[in-house]
Amino acid sequence: MKPPVFEYVRPASLAEALDALASSEDAKVLAGGQSLIPMMNMRLARPGLLVDINHIPELTEIHDNGDTLHLGALVRHYQLETDARIKAAFPLIPEAERLIGHPAIRTRGTIGGSLSHADPAAELPVLAMLGEWNMTVHSRDGGARTIPAEEFFMSYLMTTMGPDELLTRITVPKQLAGASHIREFAVRSGDFALAIAAAMVSLNGDGSIATVRFALGGVGDVPWRNRELESSFVGTMGSDALWRDIGRQAALAIDPVDDMHASAAHRRQLAETLLTESLHRAAEMARERSGR
Amino acid sequence: MPNITLTVNGTQHRLEVDPRWLLADVLREQLNLTGTHLGCEQGVCGACTILLNGRPARSCLTLAVTADGSDIITVEGLAHNGQLHPVQEAFWQEHALQCGFCTPGFLITSVHFLSENPNPTREEIREALSGNLCRCTGYQHIVNAVERASETMRKGATHAVPQD
Ligand SMILES: Cc1cc2nc3c(=O)[nH]c(=O)nc-3n(C[C@H](O)[C@H](O)[C@H](O)COP(=O)(O)OP(=O)(O)OC[C@H]3O[C@@H](n4cnc5c(N)ncnc54)[C@H](O)[C@@H]3O)c2cc1C
Ligand code: FES
Ligand code: FES
Repeated sequence: MKPPVFEYVRPASLAEALDALASSEDAKVLAGGQSLIPMMNMRLARPGLLVDINHIPELTEIHDNGDTLHLGALVRHYQLETDARIKAAFPLIPEAERLIGHPAIRTRGTIGGSLSHADPAAELPVLAMLGEWNMTVHSRDGGARTIPAEEFFMSYLMTTMGPDELLTRITVPKQLAGASHIREFAVRSGDFALAIAAAMVSLNGDGSIATVRFALGGVGDVPWRNRELESSFVGTMGSDALWRDIGRQAALAIDPVDDMHASAAHRRQLAETLLTESLHRAAEMARERSGR
Repeated sequence: MPNITLTVNGTQHRLEVDPRWLLADVLREQLNLTGTHLGCEQGVCGACTILLNGRPARSCLTLAVTADGSDIITVEGLAHNGQLHPVQEAFWQEHALQCGFCTPGFLITSVHFLSENPNPTREEIREALSGNLCRCTGYQHIVNAVERASETMRKGATHAVPQD
């Protein structure tokens, strides 16, 4: 199994990359290659032109901007796992990274590739929804625009980026209050998860909920979040009963389908259990952190 | 065809490669380093794992052209002056291979893992090796071997991380 024949360019700058993407109808970006190359090896993808962005230095930058962290699209999984600035800004990133593939996959795979690939069972898209990340994309003819996570994931393996657009930067608002947790169920360590649940909780002095966010992966075409449901719990006292109730309500709100890996019912049950556990753990950490 | 430079096991090579050639194919076909095996060619089995600039990577999911300028260690680069690497030695002592197809990937993965975690628990070893598949051994002896290697390396056996 070898990838089919393709043209290859290796731009050294963003401008050259955007030119290349605009020049061909069936150009594809090559980042870490950990999703694209397997698809090419199996002939599921046959791009005519491969635009290798691995040698564009500006895409590798990590920049602290005060309230936000800017991550270049080429920041690799292993950096997300180990960089102290990233851990301080959004501790769920390194936590989630340990669930992504294996160390050898994390050496090459990138944040930009993971978000652009938009696998609904991938961890980083779930975090993007939970953390309200913003995606900056560039094209030669359209210039730059910023897409909030909520509008970025369109369908299974599809984003709202155009074919000539390049994801260049991810803006991660720092998590300032409360605590967060991610849980998933995968059949084997390193496999894609059957379901993922991530939660972020901050509590008031009396133990009631100041803010709560939760997102699910693997349970639909795109990562799932429902802000209206979240805000209905603000002010409620945090308790095991409440975490169970949220888990149950979220499980009723999703619409998973049967596939070769798991039935819809199994996924719904996993989502409920994982979310309940995630909320419980995040609240526990939020309490520890504020010394209550 | 593009020209690239790869430093493999300390030797620099100037190569002409077709863009669609995988790094694994260039290592095997052009450089005759056939110790790097190809099992699945989709990143799952780990047999093709090499060290790319000091970190484990799948040579089946890396185009040779994109690796231009990289420093690569393959299983052939682990032994030095006819002396096996302590991890290789431990695999031999512990009978950690049968057909040997998966072994190069396990060795490379283990060498890198022990350089980052010199004193692992068995649980950590299992987790570290979870991206490598073996159809023969049942893994027990592989875990034993990595544990043994960690002990001998902590006692000061040489070249924990391959030098070129
Ligand atoms: C064995 C194995 C296990 C894995 N397990 C997991 C897992 O558990 N969880 C998980 O989340 N992932 C997993 N992955 C996938 C891995 O995380 C990939 O690294 C990731 O999905 C894609 O990132 P990449 O940089 O390798 O992108 P590539 O493979 O290079 O590209 C993927 C897609 O995104 C496009 N693209 C890439 N970068 C950009 C950009 N900057 N702008 C626009 N388009 C772009 C490409 O054109 C392509 O369509 C696994 C992969 C393997 C092989
Ligand atoms: S051949 Fe590369 S992981 Fe199986
Ligand atoms: S020894 Fe045969 S596959 Fe591992």
